[in-house]
Amino acid sequence: MKTDHDHAAKKPGCGRGITRRKFLKTMGSGAAIAAASDALTVSGTAQAEVIKPETIVRVNLFINGRRRSLVIEPRWSLLYVLRAELGLTGTKVGCERGECGACTVLIDEIPRYACLTLAVEAQEAEIVTIEGLMHGEKLGVVQQAFVEHDAFQCGYCTPGQIMAAEGLLRRNPAPEPDEIRSAMSGNLCRCGAYAHIYKAIGRAAELKGTKGGAS
Amino acid sequence: MTDQAKELYYVEGLPIPETPRPGKNPAPWRRTRIIGRSVPRVDAYERVSGSAVYPSDVSLPNMLYGAIRRCPHPHARVKKIETGRAQSMPGVHAVISGQTPAADVPWTYSSSGITIKSKLFDPHCRFEGETVAAAAAETPYLAWDAVRAIDVAFEVLPAVADERAALEQGAAVIHDQGNRVGPPRSYERGDVAKGFSEADVVLEENYRTECEIHTPMELHGCVANWEADRLTIWESTQGVYRVQQNVAEALNLPLSKVRVIGHYMGGGFGSKLQAGKYTIIAALLARITGRPVKMMLSREETYLAVGNRPPSNMTLKAGIKRNGTLTALDFTCTGTGGAYPAGGTSLVDWQVRDLYTCPNVRTNSTDVYINAGPARPFRAPGHPQGSWALEQMLDALAQAIDMDPVDLRLKNIPLYSQARDGQPPYTSTGLKDCIEKGAEAFAWKEARQRIAAAGNREFIRRGVGMAGGLWVAGAGRPPSTIILKLFSDGSVNLNMGASDIGTGTKTVMALVVAEELGVKPEFIQIEHADTGTTQFATPSGGSKTVPTESPAVRAAAINLKQQLLEIAARDLAVDPATLDFRAGSIVSRNDPSKTISFTELSGLKKQGVLVGIGYRGPNPEKKAISPFAAQFCEVEVNTATGEVRILRFLGAHDSGRVMSRLTYDNQVFGGIAMGIGLATTEARILDKSQTGKMVNRNWHDYKLPTALDVPTDMISLPIEPDDTQANTTGAKGLGEPVTIPTAAAVANAVCHATGVRITQTPINPVQLCRLLAIRKKEG
Repeated sequence: MKTDHDHAAKKPGCGRGITRRKFLKTMGSGAAIAAASDALTVSGTAQAEVIKPETIVRVNLFINGRRRSLVIEPRWSLLYVLRAELGLTGTKVGCERGECGACTVLIDEIPRYACLTLAVEAQEAEIVTIEGLMHGEKLGVVQQAFVEHDAFQCGYCTPGQIMAAEGLLRRNPAPEPDEIRSAMSGNLCRCGAYAHIYKAIGRAAELKGTKGGAS
Repeated sequence: MTDQAKELYYVEGLPIPETPRPGKNPAPWRRTRIIGRSVPRVDAYERVSGSAVYPSDVSLPNMLYGAIRRCPHPHARVKKIETGRAQSMPGVHAVISGQTPAADVPWTYSSSGITIKSKLFDPHCRFEGETVAAAAAETPYLAWDAVRAIDVAFEVLPAVADERAALEQGAAVIHDQGNRVGPPRSYERGDVAKGFSEADVVLEENYRTECEIHTPMELHGCVANWEADRLTIWESTQGVYRVQQNVAEALNLPLSKVRVIGHYMGGGFGSKLQAGKYTIIAALLARITGRPVKMMLSREETYLAVGNRPPSNMTLKAGIKRNGTLTALDFTCTGTGGAYPAGGTSLVDWQVRDLYTCPNVRTNSTDVYINAGPARPFRAPGHPQGSWALEQMLDALAQAIDMDPVDLRLKNIPLYSQARDGQPPYTSTGLKDCIEKGAEAFAWKEARQRIAAAGNREFIRRGVGMAGGLWVAGAGRPPSTIILKLFSDGSVNLNMGASDIGTGTKTVMALVVAEELGVKPEFIQIEHADTGTTQFATPSGGSKTVPTESPAVRAAAINLKQQLLEIAARDLAVDPATLDFRAGSIVSRNDPSKTISFTELSGLKKQGVLVGIGYRGPNPEKKAISPFAAQFCEVEVNTATGEVRILRFLGAHDSGRVMSRLTYDNQVFGGIAMGIGLATTEARILDKSQTGKMVNRNWHDYKLPTALDVPTDMISLPIEPDDTQANTTGAKGLGEPVTIPTAAAVANAVCHATGVRITQTPINPVQLCRLLAIRKKEG
């Protein structure tokens, strides 16, 4: 798929989330997508337009501060587009059904599951992945805290954990232990590194405090 | 090399252990300088930055994606497969099934000497999720479209989904030879009848643990690529050499033509010790299409087809004297490894046989087939199940004779392995210390007094519980070969075949090199888990990786030092026996002016690289090597809602020497988290009465412990007996013992809080409310 880069891309305006209305607008009036080979109408509107699987659409995504323009299938998840089309494999696949959080990214500052977000839904939103927390080759604050406290084992859920923690600390710079547990409860760690994850987030909050909120 | 660089690479003032003469074993480390410290992992950066490339992240030019069509019935026969529609879909490049000649590949299922021959695509599907066909296409979406478009006609056969019903008259027959996996296995020592006759109290209870699914975060799968006749596979695996062997056998290839790479992997817990059918299918699809194929399973498939911890139905009868002496244990177990031989009852009886002193023990295990996915080893196979029965029974006995559960266990500590042939002594046993020091650090007695004083009569009640444990393996053993390369600038490359499955293997090995050579860990680069470039290793499982690999790493470092001393002796014209290591240099003991740094050594300059080789030596004869454990927890039970909150946990573990403190503690806490899952949330649910299908094949319905289920108050208390016999590093296995006693400790705590003994996992509000209601009714 073709990808355009706009290195000097402007940050889009703030305060947009993804709404059903916006999603449908993206897809055309009363649109519905086909989930499988058989064209399928799921919309209740009278003039439902059926999109065939071979249909492709152009999307503009704003990822880690850069605008990416791509041609994709409407059914592709943001997760698939990040990984397979853009090579941003730090965002991991765990379940593709919104249960594990391995694919957590920030969408307009809110930790969300990229597997449950269609790429067409994510247009105009500001997306940050684990790669976007790096300062060049230097680790971000939460990443550094995860290293110090060994807050992972196999490391597969880790980018998602870090994004969830980043989202928490951006909205709550000094979370209480129970707030940390609650905020992290959408991210499974089968290795069970939770005890170290709690500590790492406490440490990250400390580090962010001293660095004036920088990630 | 400049002095600045020397300082950079070598730890100043670090005493380097004495170098033994060639052919001699090194003495145990006395005081270690780097081993055992809390240092960040050597691959931490890669894992937190997102730059670590896991097999599921591998992307090759022109790569296709594979998907598998699986049998939707627990028992069925494929009557007809029609692939034409799938094959003609745009973007689909290959469809294979049992009718494809190139995919006619034999497949065997075997365990404990029982083998059943099957096929990659066996038309007789004995479990839901068995492979039926597969496709490769331009995107995973198209591959799924394609496998859904394969028309398969199944003849649905009667199925049995409950191991407790598998031997009943009229039960569906899974294999021609019947539903028993061989004859029952039994073990006996002493005279059980006599033991019971000597007892003051005899108790008997039935216990059950539900089937658990591994569900590592990274899905099972691989990327396969052919270059002419050479196959390269990037597999999410615990053992690249095992996968290489499986693939070479299945596809009839020379081992040299199969390269398996597994640098990073996102968890396995025993379910990724071998190649899967998916590995072979990916290789076949890649061969047919002439393009690389990525084959990652879906989460649902991993619930059905790539292993589980078998359910265990156990009965334990135990006899005890008033003074706390165990007189007899009689244990039976029925389990199932699913539709094929897979160790359905393997090691379930080991805790009963070996953990506590008891002269009269009998066990009997019956393994049966059911129409469900085959088991694979699951973190400490059999042990948490046996612990669930034994440790709850010990608490019941303690209550019956009015003794503290800790004191009862301390009364029955063996110093030798009772269940092994010849009853060999342990090289070290920290069981007593784990229990005693663990209880002290947990404030066990105080907690029990506090709870008793409070009366515990409100609807929210507190309880404390504990359990001991040991792991049958964890000794490590040959073979292992390690190669160390010392570069001319003094930095080191460590080459080993073993996988780091997240336990910190790479970090531990770097610390061993650092300890022996005085090199800073950050200047040690590790090449590992690649059959093309690294040395043979058995899969990382059985808690044996550190005790297997670390002595070989130490041997390689010593081999390197011996070569350096020889070269230095020639360069300085002195006897090598008079030379010592200082950080980065070699110095004469007799004449301190005679000194030479590593990098000035003529031999190293000339050769460019010095190569040290180390092998894993044998374990001591007539000795048993096991890690030991005791865990303690406090819970709060809401008797109105049946909710259990785990407030705190303490794990006291004897796994020999602590090699790396941060990763050690992480293992302890992780094992506890997984044990909390067994105790409170995890259970495979099969629709036993009707379809036989699994109804909770996702993380929503099959719940893992989350951040809200695992307490913040967790303590790891290492017990380090001075084990000078086990191996040259003194390390024993850790990854599995840490999850053995957990579930039983939780059950014991809940019983302490409520008086209700929960003999079946999971302890969830539904079950607990029911039992509390029964208890209330019975008064």
